[in-house]
Amino acid sequence: MRVTQGCFSFLPDLTDEQIAAQVQYCLDKGWAVNIEFTDDPHPRNTYWDMWGLPMFDLRDAAGIMKELADCRRVYGDRYIRISGFDSSHGWESVRISFIVNRPREEPGFRLDRQEAAGRNVRYATYSYAAVRPEGERYADQ
Amino acid sequence: MNVQQSITVRGKDRYKSGVMEYKRMGYWEPDYEPKDTDVIALFRVTPQDGVDPTEACAAVAGESSTATWTVVWTDRLTAAEKYRAKCYRVDPVPNSPGSYFAYIAYDLDLFEAGSISNLTASIIGNVFGFKPLKALRLEDMRLPTAYVKTFQGPATGIVVERERLDKFGRPLLGATVKPKLGLSGRNYGRVVYEALKGGLDFTKDDENINSQPFMHWRERFLYCMEAVNRAQAATGEIKGTYLNVTAATMEDMYERAEFAHELGSNIVMIDLVIGYTAIQSMAKWARRNNMILHLHRAGHSTYTRQRNHGVSFRVIAKWMRLAGVDHIHAGTVVGKLEGDPNTTRGYYDICREDFNPMQLEHGVFFNQNWASLNKLMPVASGGIHAGQMHQLLDLLGEDVVLQFGGGTIGHPRGIQAGATANRVALEAMILARNEGRDYVHEGPEILAKAAQTCTPLREALDVWKDVTFNYESTDAPDFVPTPSMAV
Repeated sequence: MRVTQGCFSFLPDLTDEQIAAQVQYCLDKGWAVNIEFTDDPHPRNTYWDMWGLPMFDLRDAAGIMKELADCRRVYGDRYIRISGFDSSHGWESVRISFIVNRPREEPGFRLDRQEAAGRNVRYATYSYAAVRPEGERYADQ
Repeated sequence: MNVQQSITVRGKDRYKSGVMEYKRMGYWEPDYEPKDTDVIALFRVTPQDGVDPTEACAAVAGESSTATWTVVWTDRLTAAEKYRAKCYRVDPVPNSPGSYFAYIAYDLDLFEAGSISNLTASIIGNVFGFKPLKALRLEDMRLPTAYVKTFQGPATGIVVERERLDKFGRPLLGATVKPKLGLSGRNYGRVVYEALKGGLDFTKDDENINSQPFMHWRERFLYCMEAVNRAQAATGEIKGTYLNVTAATMEDMYERAEFAHELGSNIVMIDLVIGYTAIQSMAKWARRNNMILHLHRAGHSTYTRQRNHGVSFRVIAKWMRLAGVDHIHAGTVVGKLEGDPNTTRGYYDICREDFNPMQLEHGVFFNQNWASLNKLMPVASGGIHAGQMHQLLDLLGEDVVLQFGGGTIGHPRGIQAGATANRVALEAMILARNEGRDYVHEGPEILAKAAQTCTPLREALDVWKDVTFNYESTDAPDFVPTPSMAV
């Protein structure tokens, strides 16, 4: 399967040139660019690990692409996403977020059902990858 | 107008028994300067033949505030001058002989805090049936900050909705399940599953799907939530379906909403026809229960569409932002339903901005400060398809739900393919826009290129390539771009 979180998951994986253009878009808007990674892509996993702090003061896409390359060297077997954060009044939140790196195999999710009264079902979503401990989830890739 | 000075009768003569013209009773005060705390309403007044326009406009002020048809001595037991609405300006409507724009100011004390029902009972109460008028339309309102602050506003708001859904940087995608009536719960859930798995963020009940013989509401809710959870697991993305909780009574609506909540739905839906009080009750319920609240504007065209009589949709949008819904259908411009581009732009600004400057070309007559009230997500629905993606993004922007009902379910290779086509078209267009391309003009090329690696998009573009709805709009702003209008 393919995790379709983020802005561009339905397109072919972005090239570095395409990623740099999106980063430049964020910088031109005055947003802080952030790199995050995870090996638990559960749809409710809000807090991916941060690759350093959001780059509030970097104004050059090349600098961010270098950080991305460094992050990929260490965590290339995991999901990595880039987001643009807008601190202006009334937003103070993420304005764009897209995946820029994926594990080679995406095992996806299992849906568990617990049957309750009145045909009600309690659903739980489990990431197959998260069966293993953190850091070992995509180790054989 | 010819009369520019107050002709209000003062002193004890004002209260002599009998009938007196409204404009002499204190409802026409051309030198009145509205206070920052006044509610201001702009009406389009079309008097009956032979009725003096100023008198007609003063009558509107009177009948929507304190007046009755004759002088009453009991006015003297009150601070009557404060409570009288004051018509302070009357302009002829450009290119529309016999109609006048009346600006009327209302003291804040005339209204109950946080109550749309109370506000509307005055402003659109008796006055719309007043005999000396041929027609009357409420065009716009200026809601003072002091009044805005008494309302909850959207239960969730655009920013928090995006955070909860983990979706940023692009319009959200939805589809209304079709056929809108007749599907069983089990078949209905199939449509929801296919559309969400294919790439949509939301599916939607239609306005008239409540609890009918072919599908009772519990069946729909149970099967829909199975579909939502299955699609979420299949994609790793948050999904939702607007479960319509509209029902005969408030108790029934709460029961349905509670059940949706118990099943883990992140959104419920209501129709405009349930009424302002019920809408505000549901907005409070939604805030308490971390639920997004979708409003379908069912019924609005009965009073918003004709230019000379009724209430403009921009006013309904303002009331609904105060009332506290999170989504509101606000037009598509290019789709099958009424929507002049400039007028629609005005509606979208009212939903999404913290401050609306006066912009007559968009039909916005007043500066409106929203005082950090949450933003309301507009929804574009009705006769739109993937081939229009560049136009939709250009006209409607990024913070909008684009709903492709027929444009998803009518895809020749099925619902999943239809959903995928829409999602790919959208992502390709956002990518191109952010890269700085002239996506409005290059739109067809951008879509064609994206279709090279996406067969469903290729097929969608082929099927719907020539579908447009070009009819003249019945509701466009009446506006002449001269300096004298831009006061």
